[in-house]
Amino acid sequence: MIGSLGQPLLFLLALGFGFGPIFQKAGGGDYLQFLTPGIISMGILFTSTFTGIEVIWDKQFGFLKETLVAPVSRFAIMFGRTLGGATIAMAQGGIILLLSMIFGFRPMSILMMLPAILVMGLVAIIFTALGTAMASRMEDMHGFQLIVNFLIMPIFFMSGALFPLEGLPSAVITITKLNPLAYGVDALRFFLIGTSHFGILLDLSVLMILSFVFMALGSYLFSKMEA
Amino acid sequence: MGPIIEVKNLQKHFGSIKAVDGISFSVKKGEVFAFLGPNGAGKSTTIKMLTTMLKATAGELRIAGHNPSIDPNGARSNFGIVFQDPSLDDELTAKENLLFHGALYDIKKGLLNERMEKLLKVVELWDRKNDLVKQFSGGMKRRLEIARGLLHHPKILFLDEPTIGLDPQTRHHIWNHILELNKSEGITIFFTTHYMEEAEHVADRVAVIDHGRIITIGTTKELLKRTKKKDLESAFIALTGKGIREEEGSFIQNMRLRRRVMRR
Repeated sequence: MIGSLGQPLLFLLALGFGFGPIFQKAGGGDYLQFLTPGIISMGILFTSTFTGIEVIWDKQFGFLKETLVAPVSRFAIMFGRTLGGATIAMAQGGIILLLSMIFGFRPMSILMMLPAILVMGLVAIIFTALGTAMASRMEDMHGFQLIVNFLIMPIFFMSGALFPLEGLPSAVITITKLNPLAYGVDALRFFLIGTSHFGILLDLSVLMILSFVFMALGSYLFSKMEA
Repeated sequence: MGPIIEVKNLQKHFGSIKAVDGISFSVKKGEVFAFLGPNGAGKSTTIKMLTTMLKATAGELRIAGHNPSIDPNGARSNFGIVFQDPSLDDELTAKENLLFHGALYDIKKGLLNERMEKLLKVVELWDRKNDLVKQFSGGMKRRLEIARGLLHHPKILFLDEPTIGLDPQTRHHIWNHILELNKSEGITIFFTTHYMEEAEHVADRVAVIDHGRIITIGTTKELLKRTKKKDLESAFIALTGKGIREEEGSFIQNMRLRRRVMRR
């Protein structure tokens, strides 16, 4: 838990204080305000994808095997596992939020932090399910580095977590529009600092639809998984 | 009454590799059945198919009358299994692991508590029931897994190399428990092992598998007679040859190795 908080905090502090003055000069306002929702999304992205991918390890050496031979549906196992992973990721997102407040982040209202936590939950469900879906098709951990470098990192960098989407080249905009995390970052920004690029209705619709789609895909592949 | 495990022309192919290449055998109710073979012979693959973890490429399978590929849950509620690699939740206590198992198998609370006490006393872990599993030794974990595998009163108990890495005392101890349960409850025992004297000692019947095929099957006496050897180990080597099997440096093997190193 502590280990998985280290990286987001490093990003928050290094980037937040490093780029803060330039961002301010460019007229972007307080960078720490802008960055914090992005870093929360980052923490959730990593934690929840890894929870999903852990299935590979878990089906051989872990407790998961015990549940795979029990007379319960695979869907129930996958569902429970995803909600468990999402809970941890949400807690982690909440902790990053609280810590960022120590460093000077000010959410626009305390009340709006509640829907923000729900958005974190949706993002976590999407990526835990995505990780589970991939893990169900993978034999071993060899593909793991590939997934981190060619999927997780691009999803993070192309989500608008670090920079505003306004005024970007259209190619980049198109990529971010296809990126599930972009809608999570955007929704978090709406509830925490009151700005949004896509509009909160679109954000929430995309997040909810994708949660369903990825859960369905994840549980289908998980139910077909052979250990 | 028919056999409790029935296997006819069972096959499992991974691409072009025939891991299990048409095996047939049956196990009677209450029997202690040893499944022997060198590394990579197809033992684990067979157990995985019997326990619904893998789907058979071809062939017929019956577990207590249930076909695992059509009715996996019917088959699942009739067997218990102790895996080669531990599958306890280390962060829970012994008792919590059993409670979770009870929930998975839908055992009523009163009955669950009653069986839990009995089984934990049998495997001599009753005093340690509230300790976290991560504080347990290898032998204690194995005993707890056996208790867990029996909690839902299965008709068959599968044991995949149950005594690997345990000292002779613990091995002796664990087998005593298993055989006692076999006698008192009539539970069918299906196990794999590399310890030949273990199989010779406890098994009613032995099957030897190599290259995905069953080479021979029968009581130890019959096997010794057929091979004209004095003990099962020599008989086994006579049947499967002296060549050392190179198991592919698979992911699982590497991970198993790494895990052991990490634990030290």
